[in-house]
Amino acid sequence: MKSLRRTPQSLWVMLTVAALAGVMSLVSEPFASADNIFNVSRNFAFIGLVALGQTAVIATGGIDLSVGSVMGLSGIVTGLVLGSGQPLVLAAAAGLGCAFLCGLTNGALVGYLRLSPFVVTLGMLSVARSLALVISNNKMIHDFGPDEGLVLALGGGRFLGLANPVWLLLVAALGAAAWFRYSRLARHVLAVGGNENSTRLAGVPVARVKLTVYVLSSLLAGASAILMIGWLGAVTNALGQGYELRVIASAVIGGANLMGGEGGAFGAVAGAALIELIRNSLLLLGVDPYWQGAFVGGSIIVAMLVERVRRGSRTAG
Amino acid sequence: MLQLRSVGMQFGAVEALQSVDLDLAPGEVVGLMGDNGAGKSTLLKIVAGNFAPTSGEVRLDKRAVELTPLSAREHGIEAVYQDLALCDNLSAAANVFLGRELSRRLLGVLPVLDHAAMRRRSAELFVELGSDTRPADLVRRMSGGQRQAVAIARARLSSPRLMLLDEPTAAISVRQIAEVLELIRGLRERGVCVLLISHRMSDVFAVADRVVVLRRGRKVADKATTDSSPEEVTALITGAIEAA
Ligand SMILES: Nc1ncnc2c1ncn2[C@@H]1O[C@H](COP(=O)(O)OP(=O)(O)O)[C@@H](O)[C@H]1O
Ligand SMILES: [Mg+2]
Repeated sequence: MKSLRRTPQSLWVMLTVAALAGVMSLVSEPFASADNIFNVSRNFAFIGLVALGQTAVIATGGIDLSVGSVMGLSGIVTGLVLGSGQPLVLAAAAGLGCAFLCGLTNGALVGYLRLSPFVVTLGMLSVARSLALVISNNKMIHDFGPDEGLVLALGGGRFLGLANPVWLLLVAALGAAAWFRYSRLARHVLAVGGNENSTRLAGVPVARVKLTVYVLSSLLAGASAILMIGWLGAVTNALGQGYELRVIASAVIGGANLMGGEGGAFGAVAGAALIELIRNSLLLLGVDPYWQGAFVGGSIIVAMLVERVRRGSRTAG
Repeated sequence: MLQLRSVGMQFGAVEALQSVDLDLAPGEVVGLMGDNGAGKSTLLKIVAGNFAPTSGEVRLDKRAVELTPLSAREHGIEAVYQDLALCDNLSAAANVFLGRELSRRLLGVLPVLDHAAMRRRSAELFVELGSDTRPADLVRRMSGGQRQAVAIARARLSSPRLMLLDEPTAAISVRQIAEVLELIRGLRERGVCVLLISHRMSDVFAVADRVVVLRRGRKVADKATTDSSPEEVTALITGAIEAA
């Protein structure tokens, strides 16, 4: 039993993904089609990217509820700047700049003023979405100016059979895995989540550590939004609406502990893959899409229950 | 090395310490005893720089100093607090090096954590301390004695001259207590001065060279353990004997 408990959760989730994919390819013919696999993998890439940042936030014992709205705001700003005839580089910088400011605000309030992460990022969820509405004037933006081809290729194109966002996710996940293992900052992220007071006594700048993870989370949300508008070919202020739940579910299913102190890059990606796979399976099996929210929300609760059981067996053993 | 001269500490109307004198020398273990609320933790926190005394002075190497937690560390004073302050979710080595992580440069540029060096150095510290703690083990899975070893190893990392231990044997099993006392003897052998706060008479008489007794903020005894006895110290703590 001991070795079973030590198997990282990300591995279990990957095995579940493989098992579910195996079953689905037997029971549903369209599942294994190249088109479906391509779509599923691309869809989970957008979520997985944001889940990497969310994992870092959750590892400090915090939470970032604002990621979906930050995606909306970054997407709208990027779209508008593109539409005004500016090059992609500038538009992306503007979109990421907005995300950066959102993350900076979240991080400063949580880290330096010690406000509750839940309340701060819930506020930002509302503020960023509202700004997206104001800036876009509730209009869809589908004219991306002279760089339109580039934008569509970036988020909608493929390379060696995989969607570009999937490649980016792979690179980001490998980078994040190395970051978690080898950076001093990530070590401090886990320490803050484990025992904030003790970490402060050890001389670690706790507030700055927190600030950084909220900024990272927002920047990844912004980057994901920029890829997404290239895939969609248009952007509305509803971009990313409700994504916070899927992102948090991905991180938690992948082993990020909502009490802080645990979480890893591969877990976040595996969690995102599992959630997207379940969504896809439900669709293919003809389950009413209205049920999806119940499954995603339920999975967060189940993941917490599993964690509670693991905790329990750990103290007992 | 360290001297307190008529140190007093007032918290509002409470006089936690009154005119306390204390001398600490390298390589000696001093047991600090007293009833609950006698002022032991307050004295330790003054030496660790957490509190500035409201009267009197602290001298280091015969010079009056005003200590802060940071400057106390720079002067070679490390404290291990009652509630240990470890990160349960990290390994022993990660806790020992928390905030002082060792890195190496990948390809000569990129700084990365040097896990191997931190594990090696912590393993050395655990051996020095005579503890069976393994560097890669998670603190969550450790016994109370091993946790003490981690906390003490962390404090040892900077080779301090003075180590302050607040109730290191509270809330651990008898076998682990023996381990912690062994850790303290190891520190003395290396010339470190240890100020040991303890409720347990047997611990103090087992490892301390000197015993200091506080009663309601006053120092009522300061003598070699060989010249005293558990009975006398008990009487001093309770007030059955006024002073010795
Ligand atoms: N931060 C503080 N604020 C106010 N009173 C304090 C504080 N710390 C200690 N005291 C008081 O000082 C007295 C001595 O406490 P303490 O040094 O913790 O005793 P001991 O460690 O010997 O049990 C007690 O009356 C306690 O209530
Ligand atoms: Mg005390």
